[in-house]
Amino acid sequence: MKSETQTPADLALRAREARTALDAHVREIVAWHFDPASGSPFWLDYAGKLGWDPRREIQGFSDLSRFPPFEDEWLRGGPVQRWIPRGYAGKPVYVFETGGTTGIPKTRVAFEDFRTDYELFSRTLPDEYFPPGSNWLMLGPSGPRRLRLAVEHLAQHRGGISFCVDLDPRWVIKLIKKGAMDQLEAYKAHVIDQAVSILQAGHDIRCMFTTPKLLESLALRLESMGTTIRQAGITGIFSGGTEFTPQWNRFAHEELLDGAYMTPTYGNTLMGLAASAPTGPGNNYKITYHAPQPRAVIEVVDLEDAAKVVDYGQTGRVKLTTLTKEFFVPGFLERDEGEREAPCAKYPWDGVSGVRPFRGFAATTTVGVY
Amino acid sequence: MINIPALRWGQPYSSMDTDEVVHFLTGEPIAKVSRANAGLIQRDMRKASGAREALRRIPIDELIARMKIAGDLYMNAELPIGDGSQTPDDFVRQQSASTGLPEVLCRGNMKKNQFVLGEMGSILKSLTRGLDLNVLTSGYGEENGVPISYQAQSPVLGLVLPSNSPGVHTLWLPIIPMQIGLVLKPGPQEPWTPYRVAEAFFQAGIPREAISIYPGEAEVGAAVVSACGRSLIFGGTATVDRYKGNPHVQVHGPGFSKILFGDDCVDDWERYLDVMVDSVFLNSGRGCINCSGIWASRHTREIAEAIAKRLAAIEALPPDDPKASLAAFTVPGMADAISQAIDADLKAPGVSDYTAKYRDGSRVVKNGRAEYLMPTVVHCDSPEAAIAAKEYMFPFVTVVECPEAKMLDAIGPTLVCSAITGKPELKRSLLDATHVDRLNFGPIPTIRLNWLQPHEGNIVDFLYRPRALQSASSM
Repeated sequence: MKSETQTPADLALRAREARTALDAHVREIVAWHFDPASGSPFWLDYAGKLGWDPRREIQGFSDLSRFPPFEDEWLRGGPVQRWIPRGYAGKPVYVFETGGTTGIPKTRVAFEDFRTDYELFSRTLPDEYFPPGSNWLMLGPSGPRRLRLAVEHLAQHRGGISFCVDLDPRWVIKLIKKGAMDQLEAYKAHVIDQAVSILQAGHDIRCMFTTPKLLESLALRLESMGTTIRQAGITGIFSGGTEFTPQWNRFAHEELLDGAYMTPTYGNTLMGLAASAPTGPGNNYKITYHAPQPRAVIEVVDLEDAAKVVDYGQTGRVKLTTLTKEFFVPGFLERDEGEREAPCAKYPWDGVSGVRPFRGFAATTTVGVY
Repeated sequence: MINIPALRWGQPYSSMDTDEVVHFLTGEPIAKVSRANAGLIQRDMRKASGAREALRRIPIDELIARMKIAGDLYMNAELPIGDGSQTPDDFVRQQSASTGLPEVLCRGNMKKNQFVLGEMGSILKSLTRGLDLNVLTSGYGEENGVPISYQAQSPVLGLVLPSNSPGVHTLWLPIIPMQIGLVLKPGPQEPWTPYRVAEAFFQAGIPREAISIYPGEAEVGAAVVSACGRSLIFGGTATVDRYKGNPHVQVHGPGFSKILFGDDCVDDWERYLDVMVDSVFLNSGRGCINCSGIWASRHTREIAEAIAKRLAAIEALPPDDPKASLAAFTVPGMADAISQAIDADLKAPGVSDYTAKYRDGSRVVKNGRAEYLMPTVVHCDSPEAAIAAKEYMFPFVTVVECPEAKMLDAIGPTLVCSAITGKPELKRSLLDATHVDRLNFGPIPTIRLNWLQPHEGNIVDFLYRPRALQSASSM
């Protein structure tokens, strides 16, 4: 394999090539979003107040720092049409939500991005464990979220069918905040009941998306029934949605999966999906995520100064940039922190490891099943 | 630095997630403790019946004998802990360093634990009211010619333990000889007692598969409570409210322990000053059995003044000073937060701090990283003052003026009540008061426990249910 024979010089070259491609992509996306013929009302209006022309002055990724910090409050409330690029006028539009346990959720518009992102992600899945043509179980949040449609598209893209359950993560978070742990357990059991029913219904499901907490619950339920994830037919799992610690990753591999393959992911409605580099006992189950560059970029920035990228191995806050024709988000500060990781053979650009809730918010963040 | 693994049915498990236990004075790490995760506990609990089965293979009399051996080992032996070992002196130093409790008090708590382990036969005899202990093993027997049956409600008892008072460990020591396994979640600053007692148990011949220890964060505590059929949890008022009415959980919250004076004895209050001071101050006022309220119909200002004067002599001394008697707060900022809460309550009318005039400065004394709250005596003109229902983890007491006739309605939940009275009608009312748990008649310090009596419910009743059992033929 190429990755095994790649020298540091090869990797450095590929990293430079990736950066060159990113800079070109940035120019293309900025040109699109700030062109009165193709851009969205939001960004065109924004450009009018900037006092400088992004199309002329943004020539590469580093120039994006000229934009003031992106405020997630801009995504709350309507009209959501202000985010639709004129270049997409008349096309069927989706709106996806994030947050919203209380108050107005954040929204983003989408056309094809979720399909594109998951088709790209599909290339990272080994066919041995995610056999083409096999059916999927989507054991994650439903409702106004991108994930449910995205996983269904992933299954269809790989020639299979996706079976889904209903799961309302906002209700879960409300239960946790109320301290209604018995109701939380009952709701979790209700979700797992549905999953077990589908797995036992003869649909030959081999692949699954789920969150770490639901994966744990499902595995424990199956174990109590005298079977396992693997024996229930699952060979490949992609998981994400909540924090993934190396210890939990190890626990899952050693005690829950029974040989099924699991790949952790990191992402959200705004960015898309960051895949993880291979993980296991060889690297102490460390999980490193790499964004689907150039469509999205992850940076790890100083906890106090979001304009400054930390050194490799240092801790900082996760900063996301989304660069698609459908959606442009420069420098969104996530509610997570982690360590900056160097490019690797599979992903010749920066990554982030040890992702966990940002210490500035950790005390007030409620982590649900999703 | 010692690396301490989780124990999964006696087998060490080193987690990739660890928490450091640090010296409260220097910040220096003393131990790195493996942090368990919730799913791991849920998996292990599928084998919980194995803990009881292993213990049931050993007769209870034999287990009681091994408890005594374990007590001696705990008190005197050098025992393994994680990847190191620990002498009794190491234990005292480590416990003091992470909890802020003076070493002399740590030694005192060791003696309590050893005493309970050594007296296990008597303790179980009294807690079971003389039951033939073999009934706990077989599940049935005969008493006074009547068939009896007792059924274990869970093969294990889960315990979510606190960091603040090593004295609480005496509560779970009788569990193993009752042939029930232990699932312990230690307090983050006090892993020392659970691990040392467990090791002493193992060395004394208790099967390893009878004990699990899962250090970790709040989710670990929740997992222990959720996965064990019976659990005992220590916490604040919020925890008590959360588990109220849950038959699977026994909650040990704030004690709000009190001394009440009847009108017949209150004029002689000076005779009982030692009892009051000891109740407020011993063990640095940290326990739920320490007195946080003294109620009387008159002389309350003189009582407050006298206690304040006595407690004014207390100094914040380093934990290794043999004269140290005041525990430090090890969580930065906690002492200030408590002091500010007290100051806020002191603004209410009819409330005054009788210790303030004896202090040179603030109620909070800081010595490097060590923070102390100096003993505080507050007088309340009436029970309506909000501070009259407060309890804090240091020598703090309110002296509340309240007519005797209204006292029982006003005192609220009370773990230990020492009633200094000879009036039959008041004693009768106290005997009937369901919001009073341990009741002492006469000048008995609230902190003086009789180990032969139940504490916040009988642990035997919590773990074993008496039920009917009939058999057509001999069993």
